Amino acid sequence: MQKIAELIKKEAESLLKEKKVTAVLAWQPGEFYYDNSPAYFTSLEQLDKLVYNEFCPANLSKYLMTGSKKKETMAIFAKPCDTYGINQLIKDHRVKRELITVIGIPCSGMIDIKKIKAQGVKGIISVAVEGEKVIVKTAYGEKTFNKTDILLAKCMSCKGSDYMIADKELGEKMEVKCQKLDPLAGVTKLEAMTSKERFAFWQEELSKCIRCNACRDICPACSCEQCIFDNQEAAVAGKASANTAEEQMFHIIRAYHVAGRCVGCGECARVCPQGIQLGLLNTKFSKDISMFYGKYQPGADTDSKAPLVDYKFDDVEPTISAKGGR
Amino acid sequence: MLKINKAKWLELFAALSAQGTLYVPANVDDKVDFTIWQNATEVDLQATQTAKSIKNIFFPQVENLLDFKTDGLKLSVEQRMLPEEATIAFGVRGCDVRSFEVLDKVFLKDPVDTFYKARRENCTIVSLACSAPDETCFCGTFAIDATNPGGDVTTWLVGDELFWQANTDKGSQLTEKVKTLLVEGDAAEVAAQQKATKEIMAKMPLADFKIAAKIPAEQEKVFNSTVWQQLSGTCLSCCACTYVCPTCHCYDVRDFEVDNKVERFRCWDSCMCKDFTKMAAVNPRVSRLERFRQRYMHKLVYFPENNEGTFACVGCGRCLQKCPVNLNIVKVAKALEVAKDV
Repeated sequence: MQKIAELIKKEAESLLKEKKVTAVLAWQPGEFYYDNSPAYFTSLEQLDKLVYNEFCPANLSKYLMTGSKKKETMAIFAKPCDTYGINQLIKDHRVKRELITVIGIPCSGMIDIKKIKAQGVKGIISVAVEGEKVIVKTAYGEKTFNKTDILLAKCMSCKGSDYMIADKELGEKMEVKCQKLDPLAGVTKLEAMTSKERFAFWQEELSKCIRCNACRDICPACSCEQCIFDNQEAAVAGKASANTAEEQMFHIIRAYHVAGRCVGCGECARVCPQGIQLGLLNTKFSKDISMFYGKYQPGADTDSKAPLVDYKFDDVEPTISAKGGR
Repeated sequence: MLKINKAKWLELFAALSAQGTLYVPANVDDKVDFTIWQNATEVDLQATQTAKSIKNIFFPQVENLLDFKTDGLKLSVEQRMLPEEATIAFGVRGCDVRSFEVLDKVFLKDPVDTFYKARRENCTIVSLACSAPDETCFCGTFAIDATNPGGDVTTWLVGDELFWQANTDKGSQLTEKVKTLLVEGDAAEVAAQQKATKEIMAKMPLADFKIAAKIPAEQEKVFNSTVWQQLSGTCLSCCACTYVCPTCHCYDVRDFEVDNKVERFRCWDSCMCKDFTKMAAVNPRVSRLERFRQRYMHKLVYFPENNEGTFACVGCGRCLQKCPVNLNIVKVAKALEVAKDV
């Protein structure tokens, strides 16, 4: 990844030097090596702070909206999974294709710091990634992990190394080396439940919600200028996590709204401070949409018609969906 | 100094819970958070930090204040009773203990928040000294001694022994109730652990982190600094930092209609939200930059200005752990420190 980081810096330098774009979207380091932040780079002096390593999970695509709104050109360094979000934003008319430059960057999977911490690791002083080994030095000692054991859940069901959109690709494509997780495993388990069990599952899961809106705010499909849940006039605007009904309203409405547009980037579940399995709802919708209307992957392109906005005479009858898609 | 062996903790928790609702740090849904103790609760005294702060024990995320009822043309207003329940907050770390002092400065100032006051007075705080700090900890920045966290009773976990020392009258009263379970302990063991913990703390990456004196002093320059542009650029404007923060205390008051009744409730709110303060017309901070700046200005500049220099931050590090994009108060304070225009 170090080599890729150098290539990114060089590319960012030439983009800014030649004034091809007004800002470059990438990552900058934090306090502890594992806490990189997304960042806009607008001048050459800032570039020594640009970083790319196994701790850059954030999908930067939504930040492109700011540039498109101001009619400014922007370049984005995008991992293969991030490119789906970019396409979806273009399709939703939130990002203007002609204003953005997409540079594809290879990724071999991002590390989940929470998985490291779950092993009782604390007081981290440094993290070093050497090939497939991750060496974590702490104030209490040293611990070595296999990268495959501490990958982010979203990377364990990686959609592959191809870019759905890219004006240029840097370096050679990489693969995520791990025992792949079936992205539908969670949904299959839910479908096997009785409706009562499923209701109990969601009540428990969603009652953890503290209504921080992080899932909504990071989601590339949640691109409304004004969210209905921020609208005082709307009866659903509850900020309170008053009872489970309140949170179900928020999460279920959100899931319906992004149905057919959710690219499956997994960011909602990653950013949830309460660890709610948010992606499950969206995955279920995606699965059903593909079953009813033929295989469809949101964000795979910018011009195909999305099934939910494209009426066909032989569209599936509502009676089928009433059976829960089974 | 008193102590109690691990073998007797279950009895201790049972005895404490007989005195009031007992909140303990415990494993809940794969994370450690404060929860009401019951016989089967998996109490976790090893975790450095609970995922959320314990502020909701005094300042619940949602609470009803009033009910309006209509009966034909008759309207009646019923105020909710003040909470009378006795509570015990067990295992509170030094940072969170200090956060109560910050919240007191808000809620106990005139006009006193009677709901907060009642809950605060009904609670006995049993703190737990830190022995294994995390890299995100920076309570030392605010002169908090994590090895001597205070509260009504202080406890120290040394091996399988929990050392116990009452600090206040309330603490002594609680100690009386569980006295038969406690035995004499050697204070030297606690002192040795405190020394060892301080040595570990000195190795932590944020050990020397200080809020630069110029930050609270140069209000106007800080406010107008160009640093905010860069810092706020990638903030998501979500409320994760606010809701896990032990000192954030803004709330909204709203009405909830049910049949012939209106319930007036208050719930946590965040200056990071677009719809913040809309009850009074509009949110004057229309841009993300303004909303982002407000949260940090409040913690680092306005709050100390109005409260004899006390920062509205206790260095618990939760925002460092929970921000989806890793923005946090340390990053902000460091950027302001080196900013050319501050």
